[in-house]
Amino acid sequence: MSVLDSKVPKGPLKDKWTEYKNHIDLVNPANKRNIDVIVIGTGLAGGSACATLAELGYNVKAFAYQDSPRRAHSIAAQGGINAAKNYQGDGDSTYRLFYDTVKGGDYRSREANVYRLAEVSANIIDQCVAQGVPFARDYGGLLDNRSFGGVLVSRTFYAKGQTGQQLLLGAYSAMNRQIARGKITMHNRHEMLDVVKVDGKARGIIARNLVTGEIERHSAHAVVVASGGYGNVYFLSTNAMGSNATAAWKIHKKGAFFANPCYTQIHPTCIPRSGDYQSKLTLMSESLRNDGRIWVPKNIEDVKAIREGKKKPTDLSEEERDYYLERRYPAFGNLVPRDVASRAAKERCDAGYGVNATGEAVYLDFKSAIERYGKEQAKIQGITNASAQKIYDLGKDIVEAKYGNLFQMYEKIVDENPYETPMMIYPATHYTMGGVWVDYNLMTTVEGLYCIGEANFSDHGANRLGASALMQGLADGYFVLPYTIGNYLSKDIRTGKIPTDSPEFDAAEKEVKDKIDFFINNKGQNSVDYYHKKLGKIMWEKCGMSRNAEGLKQAMTEIKALREDFWKNVKVPGNASEMNPELEKAGRVADFLELGELFAKDALVREESCGGHFREESVELDGEQKGEAKRNDKDFAFVSAWEYKGEPADAVLHKEELEFNDIELKQRSYK
Amino acid sequence: MNLTLKIWRQKDSKTKGQMVDYKVTDISEHMSFLEMMDVLNEQLINAGEEPVAFDHDCREGICGMCSMYINGEAHGPDRGVTTCQLHMRMFKDGDTITIEPFRAKAFPVIKDLVVDRSSFDRIQHAGGYISVNTSGNTQDANAIPISKHAADEAMDAATCIGCGACVATCKNSSAMLFVGAKVSQYALLPQGQVEATDRVKNMVAQMDLEGFGNCSNTGACEIECPKGISLENIARMNRELLKATFKG
Repeated sequence: MSVLDSKVPKGPLKDKWTEYKNHIDLVNPANKRNIDVIVIGTGLAGGSACATLAELGYNVKAFAYQDSPRRAHSIAAQGGINAAKNYQGDGDSTYRLFYDTVKGGDYRSREANVYRLAEVSANIIDQCVAQGVPFARDYGGLLDNRSFGGVLVSRTFYAKGQTGQQLLLGAYSAMNRQIARGKITMHNRHEMLDVVKVDGKARGIIARNLVTGEIERHSAHAVVVASGGYGNVYFLSTNAMGSNATAAWKIHKKGAFFANPCYTQIHPTCIPRSGDYQSKLTLMSESLRNDGRIWVPKNIEDVKAIREGKKKPTDLSEEERDYYLERRYPAFGNLVPRDVASRAAKERCDAGYGVNATGEAVYLDFKSAIERYGKEQAKIQGITNASAQKIYDLGKDIVEAKYGNLFQMYEKIVDENPYETPMMIYPATHYTMGGVWVDYNLMTTVEGLYCIGEANFSDHGANRLGASALMQGLADGYFVLPYTIGNYLSKDIRTGKIPTDSPEFDAAEKEVKDKIDFFINNKGQNSVDYYHKKLGKIMWEKCGMSRNAEGLKQAMTEIKALREDFWKNVKVPGNASEMNPELEKAGRVADFLELGELFAKDALVREESCGGHFREESVELDGEQKGEAKRNDKDFAFVSAWEYKGEPADAVLHKEELEFNDIELKQRSYK
Repeated sequence: MNLTLKIWRQKDSKTKGQMVDYKVTDISEHMSFLEMMDVLNEQLINAGEEPVAFDHDCREGICGMCSMYINGEAHGPDRGVTTCQLHMRMFKDGDTITIEPFRAKAFPVIKDLVVDRSSFDRIQHAGGYISVNTSGNTQDANAIPISKHAADEAMDAATCIGCGACVATCKNSSAMLFVGAKVSQYALLPQGQVEATDRVKNMVAQMDLEGFGNCSNTGACEIECPKGISLENIARMNRELLKATFKG
């Protein structure tokens, strides 16, 4: 039998969570006062967990590398949050949200976890409204909804294009209330550099104060890692500059299995790279694909003329354009899921049809939408014989009302007016579905060590649907972890305070300090970014939107070689006992250099195409789906959970077989 | 383009700082201002010097972490943007650019261009929340209809990213726009009414305690705010405070 026990409760799917909650052990309020919990990260998952655990009475010690919990990268989420409220009366239900999420994840997530997520989703909206989150409303004063890709109902709640910001500020406000009461001790500008295990249980962390450089010991009865995803392994991504995998990777090295690292979401609509100095990529909301049409020129001569500046995209007639998504996927057209849209853009650009200097860009055109809305408005307003200019003006107003802030953002970055000339877009790394393996309790394979939000693997399978990340972060933090961790902590009420002067703390601290000393004293030739960019290039080219066995093997060899060079020749200026951003980066890139290799190894083992993971060897060979991704449920309906054994190449694979009792497995089709 | 940069260098909060001149060459107009700073830092690292410390994170104008004072303006010469969204096309070849940290008594310098804005957090601890537990048993989200107008206005106030540009640009180092935005968000929503009196009094008291100055209505904060937070929020906060004072 596998060493992995998902601890999914028995009984029918819809009763599991209720039954579980009815039968767990509770901690009485007087005892909660004697129990400490450490939370790493203060995004939607970490922030909401901190607030709720503190409300319950636990002493929470929270850690964030930013200068305030409010700055965690959840803040950048644009589109919205899903919830099965069925306010629109369009047939939504808990089951339907569950079904869409499992299907969207290409049948690679754990049924019971996803069902629970769908179940608590409605509570999230109630909770956030009570906290004063200003969701968009209609003229009757009730909450408004929009739709997102991959679903047939309208269940996405939103606050302009800043839903993540508003939800995070809601969680931050709930934290503030507890910080004021003294129930949360907030450690801003602190980075967790290792977990401390005592008798096999997580009992504390080693952290660095990023202002003074001091190395600190913090103990607790349980440790919760909510440190987000590892998208920055690609160097360029839509993540924040500081987003990193260090907390997740350190716990992996101390015994927490790492699941499905190869499941990465490459988002189709991002602003393309403009040069080698580029530091990050900016996402343009998926909602743009509701009205924008994606195309490249049909003729390679036109591509050349555009690149040389001899022609403009607006010079090309309809016949000279290739609306490749509409051509390949007539049923879903420009609204195919993220993974499909991304691969199709790559296919055209690889064939030489990319429209900017780097050859990595396609057009997203609003001309037809402006015309369509303009004609509609002319009719509504009773304008007969409207001139082309009048129609354009009327249509532009509608497009501006819908996407104005996104168009402005684009214009600021690219210096082109997207109302007049099509936007240029290209896929970019956005979200990581893989992460630390957790059971139904959200506990890792280390006792007392929990992992929530994007940092864990559990809910999105091989592909995440839009507006589901916010839902999962808040569900884990507000409504799931506070129950499951109580069940564990109920056995700890007699333990008493965990001392920090034990040999385990000594050893962990020494390890951390030795590594820092190495970086400061190494005096190599190359900056940390030099290595990070090289790693990103390998990852993007060989572990990106499409992967093959040969490329993945090369990636593993190249990353290993790069890592060895890093440990010989990396250069970190300054010293350890001060604010030193280069030293912070060095530690994070060192971890990415290991994670990247495991990523490639995981992708190599998974010889099927599913969700964001596309293996060139696994495609449909004929029929209507010819050339499309081919999933292999017979051999690969499992979670890959990797056990650390030193070198990433030596990691040992454990399989959690996925069982689908309440859902029928189907091949996705968007033709 | 080639540029001369005059940058504030300060080892730590206790050491005196000074302006230092640097040169950068071959800067593309498509770079963001922070990418230009990356180029400078890479250059300094390769030359064996210490790079310039500056706060930044999301690089898409929403986290509120970046905080430079460029040529005498918070977040630089462009409007409606943070420093990470400022592009080098706003400058021309041969320019000299002065880069300082946000300056205010309540924002002490930590290092180079990095300042401590924890005073903003402490103002929020004093009342920037609605006291509701995350039980999951609150009433249904649609139980209290809120007019679209009020919800939109609350959203406009809530859009504040807490960067502190309003404070840095104000001749009095006042935080009234920041505090006014938070007070307004809750004052405009029914959920915020129960604690309205204590909230405004406590937040304003903490703001004064932190050493922020008063408002003299010059409106510079509104102009420099990357999110376009309106001065009306300050007026609303003052009304709320007056109401609260009468209530006792």
